[in-house]
Amino acid sequence: MKGYLPVIIGMALVTYIPRMLPLVALKDRDVGGKAKIFLQIIPYTSLSILITRGILTSSQDMIIPTILGVSSAAIAAYLKGNLILSVFVGVLVSYLLLQ
Amino acid sequence: MTERVCKRESLKEGLIASIPIVLGYFPIAIAFGLLSKNTSLSLRDTSLLSSIVYAGAGQFMALDLISAGVNSSSIIMAIFLLNIRYLVMSASLSVKLENIPKKFLPVLGFGISDETFSVVSFSKSKINLAYVSMVFLLPYLSWNIGTIVGYFVGEILPQSLQASLSVGLYAMFAALLFPEAKKNKRIFLVFIISAAIYALIYYLNIFPAGWDIILAIIVASALGITVLNHKEEENVN
Repeated sequence: MKGYLPVIIGMALVTYIPRMLPLVALKDRDVGGKAKIFLQIIPYTSLSILITRGILTSSQDMIIPTILGVSSAAIAAYLKGNLILSVFVGVLVSYLLLQ
Repeated sequence: MTERVCKRESLKEGLIASIPIVLGYFPIAIAFGLLSKNTSLSLRDTSLLSSIVYAGAGQFMALDLISAGVNSSSIIMAIFLLNIRYLVMSASLSVKLENIPKKFLPVLGFGISDETFSVVSFSKSKINLAYVSMVFLLPYLSWNIGTIVGYFVGEILPQSLQASLSVGLYAMFAALLFPEAKKNKRIFLVFIISAAIYALIYYLNIFPAGWDIILAIIVASALGITVLNHKEEENVN
């Protein structure tokens, strides 16, 4: 069994720095106007992109369970607004489709 | 409300908010622990990957590259590219976490993942240190405990259950996004634009892995400024 300590430490640094740096560097900077709107829109666009990516990169047998699971969670959330219930509905639908 | 009651309330809200992530991470972490053992990594290296790297998809990618015999610097570069999306997420959170004292930010930064970023960004609760700590810490514990469980007894979860629980994280993204669209219908438009831009970049396949996500986020968010123009500004938060 080979040890991978140096590469793991390298990975830790390149994961930590992008997470921490903007958070600390932008603190107390007065971000306003369009830059602020831009930063506030990022959660919406990132989530849309992560969902799309999840569907596009899923394996052949997972595409339909993923699309229908995600869609049913989206509909449940739109109607009820309850996060945990919606996630449960999504998991249940994809589980049933995989049987 | 006294400060202590308020703090306890925030801890509780943070705990509840983290439940979908905690439940979603656990089976994926089990799968990671099992795969890592099958890639013949030691228990120490496996748990270090989850505890000091803590990169979700990046960890699976690392196993893939290690078993393919890729050299260390290429592995680190690949993980970095996959992680540059955190630059924009972290920048976006800096607005949301403006009330948290600066000295806590270097530690909190470590807890940012796609999922914790999403939950905190869309939180209706008061954003304070107690709340954010819970949302960041509990999924981290789930990920690390799941990794060790997976290393020892990874076979216990049936494949179909593992697969459907991993859909749960995408279901959570959708469940965070769509109630917002009820308040502001233009969010639908932002969703469609973002999805279309990512799909285009994905199928063009000319950008290295990792750059595709960040490029799509930047282009879609820039277009989003026009879609959600000044009149809607108060709804975008």
